Amino acid sequence: MSVFALSLPDASSAAEAGGKGASLGFLARAGAAVPPGFVVTAGAFAAAVTALDPSGALRAELTALPVDGSLDEAGRVCAAFRARVAAAPLPPEVAAAISAGYAALGDGAPDVAVRSSATVEDSADASFAGLQDTYLGVCGASSVQDHVRRCWASLYNDESVAYRRRLRMAEDGVAMAVVVQRMVRPRAAGVMFTRSPVTGDRSVVAIEGTWGLGSALVSGDVTPDSFAVSKITGEITSRRVSVKGRLHSFIQNGGGVTVTDTPAAQREAACLDDDEIRSLADVARSVETYYGAPQDIEWALLDGDGPAASRIVLLQSRPETVWAARTAAPVAAPKARPADHVLSLFGKHR
Amino acid sequence: MTEQQGFPLPSQIADVPGAENWRSMYQYFTRFQPEDDQRFWFYNSMHFPEPIPGFDSITSEIPYQAIGANTARLFVFPTTLGIEHRIVNGRVYITANPVLDPAEIGRRAEVFGPRAGYYFEHWDSLYEGWKERVRGLIAAIEAVEVPSLPEWEPDEVVFESRGVAQNHYLVENFSKCLALYSKMWHHHTEMLMLGYGAYVVFFQFCQQAFPEISDQTVARMVAGIDVIMYRPDDELKNLAGLAVELGVGDLFTEGCVASDVLTALETRGEAGARWLDAFAKARDPWFHVSSGDGFYHHHLSWNDDLTVPFTALPGYVAATAAGGIAPRPTAQLMAERERIANGYRDLLPTDDEKAAFDQMLGLCRLVFPFVEDHKFYCEHWFTTRFFQKIKEFGALLAQVGVLAEADDVFQLHHTEIDQALSDVSLAWAAGSPPLGAGHFQPIIAERKRMLKVLKDWSPPPALGPVPEALNDPAVRMLWGITQERIESWLNPDPDEVVGVAASSGVVEGVARVLHDVAEIGSLREGEILVVPVTAPSWAPVFAKIKAAVSDIGGSMSHAAIVAREYGMPAVVGCGDATKRIRTGDRVRVDGDRGTVRVL
Repeated sequence: MSVFALSLPDASSAAEAGGKGASLGFLARAGAAVPPGFVVTAGAFAAAVTALDPSGALRAELTALPVDGSLDEAGRVCAAFRARVAAAPLPPEVAAAISAGYAALGDGAPDVAVRSSATVEDSADASFAGLQDTYLGVCGASSVQDHVRRCWASLYNDESVAYRRRLRMAEDGVAMAVVVQRMVRPRAAGVMFTRSPVTGDRSVVAIEGTWGLGSALVSGDVTPDSFAVSKITGEITSRRVSVKGRLHSFIQNGGGVTVTDTPAAQREAACLDDDEIRSLADVARSVETYYGAPQDIEWALLDGDGPAASRIVLLQSRPETVWAARTAAPVAAPKARPADHVLSLFGKHR
Repeated sequence: MTEQQGFPLPSQIADVPGAENWRSMYQYFTRFQPEDDQRFWFYNSMHFPEPIPGFDSITSEIPYQAIGANTARLFVFPTTLGIEHRIVNGRVYITANPVLDPAEIGRRAEVFGPRAGYYFEHWDSLYEGWKERVRGLIAAIEAVEVPSLPEWEPDEVVFESRGVAQNHYLVENFSKCLALYSKMWHHHTEMLMLGYGAYVVFFQFCQQAFPEISDQTVARMVAGIDVIMYRPDDELKNLAGLAVELGVGDLFTEGCVASDVLTALETRGEAGARWLDAFAKARDPWFHVSSGDGFYHHHLSWNDDLTVPFTALPGYVAATAAGGIAPRPTAQLMAERERIANGYRDLLPTDDEKAAFDQMLGLCRLVFPFVEDHKFYCEHWFTTRFFQKIKEFGALLAQVGVLAEADDVFQLHHTEIDQALSDVSLAWAAGSPPLGAGHFQPIIAERKRMLKVLKDWSPPPALGPVPEALNDPAVRMLWGITQERIESWLNPDPDEVVGVAASSGVVEGVARVLHDVAEIGSLREGEILVVPVTAPSWAPVFAKIKAAVSDIGGSMSHAAIVAREYGMPAVVGCGDATKRIRTGDRVRVDGDRGTVRVL
């Protein structure tokens, strides 16, 4: 493609493709089922920002905002910059690269998801990642271009800028890539962890899911069903089916996401059957093995009659950070004789 | 301890109307005392799910004196003395006597260390010796003679100048039965409490390293394959194979009656004789398996009631004729056990933890054969013989008119049987009729009536103040008593029966409640079995059912282990599943959460 757009399997550098883009590229190269897509690179962002702020004066103004300054003042400066980013015409080479990338996703005008992929996100702070935008159900090349600019603009949210001010990051080093991927129409979707987020147990895959798009779960609109699967025995060791009141789905041809009441028959029904739960756990394990570290994975399960394993697609995978940051004391150490374990259980060292 | 809402105090338990005289059935030292209100007691529904007949209370009296002696006095476990028990309205409540003073724990640990260490170090050879000693006790109980009280003593008593008449042996030999039973229980606990100690250590380690691991998964890493519990069922399969081989398989048809088949075999010449010979060999000892776990006299063995083996045989004969019964895939099961253990081991982050895991698991596997197989020697083989012998004394008492029938002997406490035998002894010597009939028969009639009344009483799961912390590993391991369990007792869900999650999976189906092994023929393919307890004698039913629920048992119990091998859900140790679930109920068995819901 070009330096401004990389097809997913070519996205390998987080500096160019952002964390999300690089991670999807990694998954795609590993042979995981990832919806086809491309990454609008950090280079494209840099080219666009340089075009609208050639001297860097505007970004210097952001960098100069005091850490504990007036919120009104900061808000005004950010809003002005956002408006310019969102409105400025794209450099022609960038626009062409996006159109070409989009055209390669399929005939007609496929619906796509346009997702921010910050070059500093995830690894730095998960909460920072959440500050950038994702748009679902975008359709048509010009609309995709618009939404890429909106993603870029979201980098200048008041909160994002304030966050960078607190970390004293210079604005001219800030960049963002954008992932454009074909939309999937999942029957169910959610997240899964290759280590229990609640107990830190490494021997289970914890799965959360709901009907329809996973955005219902990520946004906190529903309490998801949750399941735990032993990595070793494959047994489903816990299951909690919740009442899932809201359903997120996307409307084709650029209609975006719609939120409706979940049909009665689905509200209290588990969104995954046992076979699907186990297949998801298998996928999670292989992703974990591929990365060599516990993962936090977004998944979607497509409709259809095929085997569950063939209907799973992955939307993101990133390293688990919460438990990885904790240092747990070893549970036990070997003793001179095996029986000493029993003696100390009942003995003084209890 | 803090006082909370919830459980009644022992002193607040009223006598069940119509059974006010229940105390007469049990020893005075089993009664709740006023100061017992200060302690937390729980109902041992696992071993005593129904009111206990007078004689059967020996199955609490003797085991608790043996268990306590082992932990408190023999090995000197640092943190625990023995278990105390009380009987109220026919039900057994127990409490552990912990040692809390750190100085005292330290003093006991000095003694415990070398003693326990010695047993673990020489486990296998000690177990070999143990088997010899228990086989000796079994031979001794089988050899006890129940005197026949002849009109005159035989010549040899005189010409060999023995000088002691038969009536003397009434009391002596009855006492011998009790003494042997007590010795058996001392041996039963001899290695068992240490074995449980090894389990507790490994289970606790696994739960700390893998907070979401289930007990059943830990149990799967421990359980061996070559255990006695499968032997009676294997014997049946062999007998089925032999029947086909000898051409007498046609006699084993669905619904066949044991005595008819055995009579018919006698008319089948050489083939019939060979089968009967093999049958006789298999019966001793393998048919001594009890339908229960040896805590009630009516838990009969296959030998006492051939219904179970003869219900299973036709299916095995048909399967053999149709190409053979697939043997248990032992190599595959062993490989699976290793795969699971290695899988968890590999997830441990440090080499130290892996080494500790290996030590603890190794210790569990060392003790497993004893922990599993002792039940056959003690609760099945010995206990079956013991109850048979007591029943022989009952037959004698019936023959001399003291009892209406032999089984009535189990309504009397062992001290009362002792009295009745003294009465018979005196009467035989004096040449007069015994007086026992007038004394005991009204008592027995009242007790039978009371037991029926007491059966309908729902005992509170626990009594007394809720303890702040429940950290006794033995109580947790043996009875599954946890803080969550107490919570569910305090806030019961009327449609949900809670037990131990013993084998994973969730299924719905129609319940078949079997109280008695004799009802086994009513079981239909694909039903969910609900029983007081399962034992090796129940093995044939697992091929027919799709889930198992029991009142009695933990994650290492028979039902749990067999269900896991069959890959079917099981919830055990529910306490009152057989009472709350009825045949025909649609139920959902959740072997992951340990619940059974009536739908």
